[in-house]
Amino acid sequence: MNSVIKGAGYVLVHAPDMVLHAGTTQTTEKIVNPDSEYLKELPNHIRSYEDVVAYMPNQTYIGNMTPEELAEHEQPWVGKNMENAQRYGKFGEIMPQDEFLVLMQVCDVFELVYLDKEFVSATKDKLAADPVIGEDIMAKVAEGIDGAEIKRLVDEEHAEPLYHMGNLVGCVKRAHDVDVNLSAHVMFENIACKASSVLALLHAVKAAGIDKADVEYVIDCAEEACGDMNQRGGGNFAKAAAEVAGLVNASGSDLRGFCAAPAHAMIEAASLVKAGSYKTVIVTAGGCTAKLGMNGKDHVKKGLPAIEDVLGGFAVVISANDGVNPEINLDMLGRHCVGTGSAPQNVIGSLVAAPLAKGGLKITDVDKYSPEMQNPDITKPAGAGDVPLANYKMIGALAVKNGELDKKELASFPAKHGLVGWAPTQGHIPSGAPYIGFAREDILAGKINRAMIIGKGSLFLGRMTNLFDGVSFTIQPNSGAQAEEGVSEEKVKGLIAKAMKEFAETLMADADAE
Amino acid sequence: MSILSGKKVIIIGDRDGIPGPAIEECAKTAGAEVVFSSTECFV
Repeated sequence: MNSVIKGAGYVLVHAPDMVLHAGTTQTTEKIVNPDSEYLKELPNHIRSYEDVVAYMPNQTYIGNMTPEELAEHEQPWVGKNMENAQRYGKFGEIMPQDEFLVLMQVCDVFELVYLDKEFVSATKDKLAADPVIGEDIMAKVAEGIDGAEIKRLVDEEHAEPLYHMGNLVGCVKRAHDVDVNLSAHVMFENIACKASSVLALLHAVKAAGIDKADVEYVIDCAEEACGDMNQRGGGNFAKAAAEVAGLVNASGSDLRGFCAAPAHAMIEAASLVKAGSYKTVIVTAGGCTAKLGMNGKDHVKKGLPAIEDVLGGFAVVISANDGVNPEINLDMLGRHCVGTGSAPQNVIGSLVAAPLAKGGLKITDVDKYSPEMQNPDITKPAGAGDVPLANYKMIGALAVKNGELDKKELASFPAKHGLVGWAPTQGHIPSGAPYIGFAREDILAGKINRAMIIGKGSLFLGRMTNLFDGVSFTIQPNSGAQAEEGVSEEKVKGLIAKAMKEFAETLMADADAE
Repeated sequence: MSILSGKKVIIIGDRDGIPGPAIEECAKTAGAEVVFSSTECFV
């Protein structure tokens, strides 16, 4: 039996000070052009927490608005705040930066994260009020240290400063004197990634309605690497986050593949469950501080806010078939192979047309495609266009080329089979994954019958290969439940037929006897 | 005669658009000399 998607958690973390101090666009600019106008102007373009919560793509990410409802609003969405926007949604939450810094301290088990005790005192009750933050997590909140000591650690001990609203409120110490893989900056990135993964795990467990003890395996598919000078990407974010989240029966491992990793991880998780290796697996990913404000120069130049001001995280619970939840179909997997080539028709052919052909399906048989779901508010002003739309145009064009779609219908293909993008540019976060929660709900509600999740990865960024990568899978209604209904109906018919036959035979026997 | 014939070409492809190697093949067919080709990810 295919494994099923039991639930999903989606979280965002407002990180305004991290945009200024940790995003690589900004840190690079500070090195090469420290007096630039951009660096002077950027602080004036930082959004408030309230604006970030009310931003419609963010409300869509946490499930308070559907992609269809978002599409009804004219783009750009920036500046058009949603009324009565909420911090919490059915999939997760938008956590403010101060609470997240305390969560980062909780996620540090090597005494590297230090927070100002006044800051902790002012923030910890706010974090405790979060419905997914239990007493086990709050018990790990340290009292904090003097602000003067934090300043000394930053000034004299190479610690990475942690700011909130422009004030120094903490720091991350280096974990080794020499090893660059354990430097204060790397530890900061990794602990932020871990903490946002923990938050996503907690929301996924809640959304799926499972017991934490049910989780047997966790696969982390983020894009950071943790390790030391002897094994730079040794791992393991998955088990580290599972520990803090209280998944006591879980082991785990990290899977990497740039933005394609979530789709790879989903296929791996679904396979492990289908094979019977584990009954419940969670695919999780935390966010990436380096990508904060990545397109900030273009946003500032155009007078826009620095929209890339949130860390993203997600987690999906995959479990053994329960006869109800939508299934991951492992018989129709798309795969960009070493020999596939890079021409767009080869790429889309390998990820979309080829797997569908295995199931005897056409491109138009998939109700909704979820490829790269980047928010066009972010990418269009930066000259990268509408990324989801570009993908839908290519999928539609291939359908026309294959004779599955009339050319006249090509223009309406993106609206019919696609979605508008709502995810922040957090690398792996927008890659297919944002729709999984909605796809589960839409299939359960009977709104759609089939969704395809497509992950694409830029392997060439790692300078190991020039190859691109990608995999895809489809989600479909639970066939087990349908089969059971079918069998049940057949069985009833069979029983009636058998009874009628026996009755007829009895009548005939009676007639013969007479 | 193609407008690219005999010209030196620098190619920057887009992961979600047309990747570098695909543009490279087209440019070569049109008689260009590809001096640099790369695919970038803008997201």
